Amino acid sequence: MNAPPAIQIDDLTVAYDYKPVLWDIDLVIPEGVLMAIVGPNGAGKSTLIKAILGIIKPIAGTVQVFGQPYKKQVDKVAYVPQKGSVDWDFPTTALDVVMMGTYGSLGWIKRPGQKEKKASLEALEKVGMLEFKSRQISQLSGGQQQRIFLARALVQNAEIYLMDEPFQGVDATTEKAIINILKELRQAGKTLIVVHHDLQTVPEYFDWVTFLNVKGIASGPVKDIFNDDNLTKTYGINYKVAVNQ
Amino acid sequence: MLGSFAVLRKQSLLGDAISHAALPGIAIAFLITGIKDANVILIGALISGLVGTFWIKGIVKRTRLKSDTALGLILSLFFGFGMLLLTFIQKMPNANQAGLDKYLFGQAATLVEEDVWIMAVVTGVSLLVLLLFWKELKLLLFDADYTRTLGFNTRFLDMLITTFIVLAIVLGLQTVGVVLMSAMLLAPAAAARQWTNNLGVMVILAAIFGAFSGVFGTAISASQNNLSTGPIIVLVAAAFVIISFVFSPRRGLLFREIRFRKNRRELHLKKTLTFMYHIAKTHENVSHPHAIRILNNFQGFTRKTLTKLEEQQFIQIQGSNWAMTEKGYVEAESIFNQIGKEND
Repeated sequence: MNAPPAIQIDDLTVAYDYKPVLWDIDLVIPEGVLMAIVGPNGAGKSTLIKAILGIIKPIAGTVQVFGQPYKKQVDKVAYVPQKGSVDWDFPTTALDVVMMGTYGSLGWIKRPGQKEKKASLEALEKVGMLEFKSRQISQLSGGQQQRIFLARALVQNAEIYLMDEPFQGVDATTEKAIINILKELRQAGKTLIVVHHDLQTVPEYFDWVTFLNVKGIASGPVKDIFNDDNLTKTYGINYKVAVNQ
Repeated sequence: MLGSFAVLRKQSLLGDAISHAALPGIAIAFLITGIKDANVILIGALISGLVGTFWIKGIVKRTRLKSDTALGLILSLFFGFGMLLLTFIQKMPNANQAGLDKYLFGQAATLVEEDVWIMAVVTGVSLLVLLLFWKELKLLLFDADYTRTLGFNTRFLDMLITTFIVLAIVLGLQTVGVVLMSAMLLAPAAAARQWTNNLGVMVILAAIFGAFSGVFGTAISASQNNLSTGPIIVLVAAAFVIISFVFSPRRGLLFREIRFRKNRRELHLKKTLTFMYHIAKTHENVSHPHAIRILNNFQGFTRKTLTKLEEQQFIQIQGSNWAMTEKGYVEAESIFNQIGKEND
């Protein structure tokens, strides 16, 4: 028997109030892909990620991570939330936020020690933020905050990384830096799932793509399915995007 | 101390709602037992405070109402109900009823040794819980969703912190009273936030501010006749907040204004210097004197900036002429290059 896929979603339906946000999603994400989730605003991209993580309770459907329910695989999944989801005026430092990534493996009550600190410093260095380690988080730029979140996920040393718009509001340099780290992670066999907005860069950055607009439109290798047909189906209008293969 | 968490969760008004929600519990506890035992009454307050809190959370979760609406609703509902019960009790032919209204504004003088012991124990326990779950609580405050993805039970943590906030409020009721209790919870925390960027320091500072307000307030009210303790304590705490808002070195209004002015002055100097740099550059000898009049084209120029520049030995002034010094030229060049780089 083949190894189970990184994530398998069956019949997933999520609704806030009466309106369904995700409708009957079936999705298989193989291990080791760098996947973009694209779709218009309100298509349920963030919701899909939150449903995978169990932050939002679905009305129906199941999510399996490496063939088991998410709850049993918590330590294999790392999450990079949207930057705007937290209050950056919180009294803490960059290093402290990254250290939070180690809390999961520590479990209840136990405090982080030297080992965790060392891992966090390494992660900071990887995202090029080592010199800002003692900086108050409110004094970081948007791109730097995003890198801190990425570093926090890196420290978790997970197999699957779920990222909610990591390129939102970052400059070109930071975007390049982040995508290089993502590609490195894929090289190491990790699975990456990224909510993405810029259709132009999909073929350059990703090897796998999922089109989403409440329903799942299509999912597969970028070179096979990233075409006008699927874009039109997802966005509703005739979407012409130069696909450079 | 616990107030720090309420402030950082942006649930500041929760304390207000809890303390008001405790009022019917006080009245009901008295109605049922018919005695005015402080412990029984506090248990009543605790129960109705908790009920109020979880109703608020339930309303926010299940309806589309925003949390401030839910807070206001529960606050006035419980308070109104509590007042109704109090007036009902006052009409009862029970000699015991007098003095129940002290919970409205508090009366520190009614505290007995036993009450102080209970407070000490609860403070100790909450301190222990805080130390034990420090890591988890910090994480929850900063990023609740992320806390869940790490496998922590956020509901348990939420209950834990809420329970202790309710406990702290209920214990404070006797001293400060229903109406002013939330100030006791929030004022020390808000003041502490101004002085530090470290959560641990903030919690400790808040505890110190709170304790000081209590001691000072009591001292002031004891030294004067006819001054009730609760309101004085709150006023002292408010004084801490005002002082902190104005004078704290990094976030305070005063220093921010000073910093702002200083920056603007420095920018002025830099602007004038780069302007001079452009003029001086056209000559082979950078220290070639130029008429001050030329600078009039440039609006940022004032006598004061020129004197300042001379003091720093960037320029020399001879009569109505100025000349750049070697040092000034180097400085101006580096400023100019820096600005150029930032614009890239």
